[in-house]
Amino acid sequence: MPNNYYQPEAETMPVAEIKKLQEYKLIRQVRRTYENVPYYRNLMDQKGVKPEDIRTLEDIAKLPFLSKDDLREAYPYGLLGTDLSKCVRIQSTSGTTGKRVVAFYTQNDVDMWEDCVARAIVAAGGTKGDVCQIAYGYGLFTGGSGLHGGSHKVGCLTLPMSSGNTERQIQFMMDLNATILCCTPSYAAYIGESLAERGYKPEDNKLKAGIFGAEPWTEEMRRDIEKNLGIKAYDIYGLTESSGPGVAFECHEQNGMHINEDHFYAEIIDPDTGEVLPEGSKGELVFTSLDKEAFPLIRYRTRDICVLTREKCSCGRTFIKMTKPMGRSDDMMIIRGVNVFPSQIEAVLLKEGYAPNYQIEVDRVNNSDTLDVYVEMTSDSFSDTVKEITKKEKKLALAMRTMIGISPAVHLVPAKTIARSEGKAVRVIDKRKRLGINI
Amino acid sequence: MAIKQLSIFVENREGTLVTVTDAIANAGVDIRAMSVADTQDFGIFRLIVTDPTKAKEYLEASDCFVSITEVVGVAVADEPGSLAKVVRILADHNINIEYMYAFITVSKQYAFVVLRVADNDAAEKILCDHGIKLVEESDIVNL
Repeated sequence: MPNNYYQPEAETMPVAEIKKLQEYKLIRQVRRTYENVPYYRNLMDQKGVKPEDIRTLEDIAKLPFLSKDDLREAYPYGLLGTDLSKCVRIQSTSGTTGKRVVAFYTQNDVDMWEDCVARAIVAAGGTKGDVCQIAYGYGLFTGGSGLHGGSHKVGCLTLPMSSGNTERQIQFMMDLNATILCCTPSYAAYIGESLAERGYKPEDNKLKAGIFGAEPWTEEMRRDIEKNLGIKAYDIYGLTESSGPGVAFECHEQNGMHINEDHFYAEIIDPDTGEVLPEGSKGELVFTSLDKEAFPLIRYRTRDICVLTREKCSCGRTFIKMTKPMGRSDDMMIIRGVNVFPSQIEAVLLKEGYAPNYQIEVDRVNNSDTLDVYVEMTSDSFSDTVKEITKKEKKLALAMRTMIGISPAVHLVPAKTIARSEGKAVRVIDKRKRLGINI
Repeated sequence: MAIKQLSIFVENREGTLVTVTDAIANAGVDIRAMSVADTQDFGIFRLIVTDPTKAKEYLEASDCFVSITEVVGVAVADEPGSLAKVVRILADHNINIEYMYAFITVSKQYAFVVLRVADNDAAEKILCDHGIKLVEESDIVNL
């Protein structure tokens, strides 16, 4: 397979030069952020660090971390790094009221983001002649607009399908000869099954590659998708906080994702102590956006646990590789590509007059995530008819849907039936682990 | 007029009924009639007993979710067509039956039917007007 690059000068830059570039950009970014973002300036002052203390890449360890809590506290404008009039876009994390995080973009930020995605598309074999079907959700979610922008940059014919309406996805895929499919891996698997149900064989479609991300998936799932769709399936990683998908992407080796190091500096830290760990260690991934103007996050803790390694890659890219996230250092769950916290479920229960006695069960059935919430009944929520109880379950499910953005199945259960270990209730049972999925 | 029914919420899982039946046995209360509504996750165990207040007390002590619901009890002749008559009367008056169950006594010539409707008073009045015999709380104890 030929080595294709979108921006070869960056993607194959010698490591020493990458480090030099990162150092230059880090010093600039810290100085800019200190001047423009009072929130981060306060954090630095509290830690007794001044911009002039940052002279080398290693000095980054002196800087304070940013967490999702900081982003919520600073909502909406507290971390803005530039004048609002220079911003051209807002995106938001999937999630909700209490937990929503908004990110801002200048035109340069959007260009940088889309360049990163374009690199991912080209690494997956995408060129001008391709028809790129974007079946990620559009809107505040970065999946749709991110891949859309990248596809434009490459010059692909872009099919902005958004997610859902599988019938239409299939019709357009077949009629308009889509060659690259971009969506969540579970939706790709679903489309594959739907094609088979309609009697299509893998060779009947024109697809050659898929770029799948935004949720955890396994190698087994990759093989299934590749077989059912007759494609190569590539992983892509990103987070709204640092731009969106495209922070890291897979090349044809399909064994880890190259981080776009000219724009992002990655560290692995011990999630408990915050100490920076040497290359090859497993720990929490921390990102510093080296170029972002509107939302310049420094040392943002992703809560994703992974390993970084820099080995010579046959694709010729020199960027360090990250493994697929192997877990989380907080209690966030990613369900159908949506970030869900148990505390959100709890907030709904309290608001609806239930005690916070509940259990969340996540599973993957037919390649699609399921979410079941078991809630202990209260005596005044009990009535003698099944109809009334079902109605209460539906009302709770709707309230949860409004809060977290996806529909759970709510089950009311008798008091004291939710399993407790060592006196403490087990809040989350993630059965996807049995499938080898790193949650 | 209405009679009291115990409604108990139980998980649809092996062993959960034992808690309920044990509590009622310990209360020294007799069960006159029962029905179970089952869904995939849970069941509602409905009972007509000789002393609902005492049974409820014992059930609650065993951490059961229990409520007392007023239901309509009617006595119909133990012969073909008598239930149809009751149901027809309610249907003709647009009264929806949420659920119903019946029990037969050995000593009398009647079957007792327990009916759950939205408005007990209205249903009882209409049934009375049509000459249907209603069952009272005292009848339950003396069955």
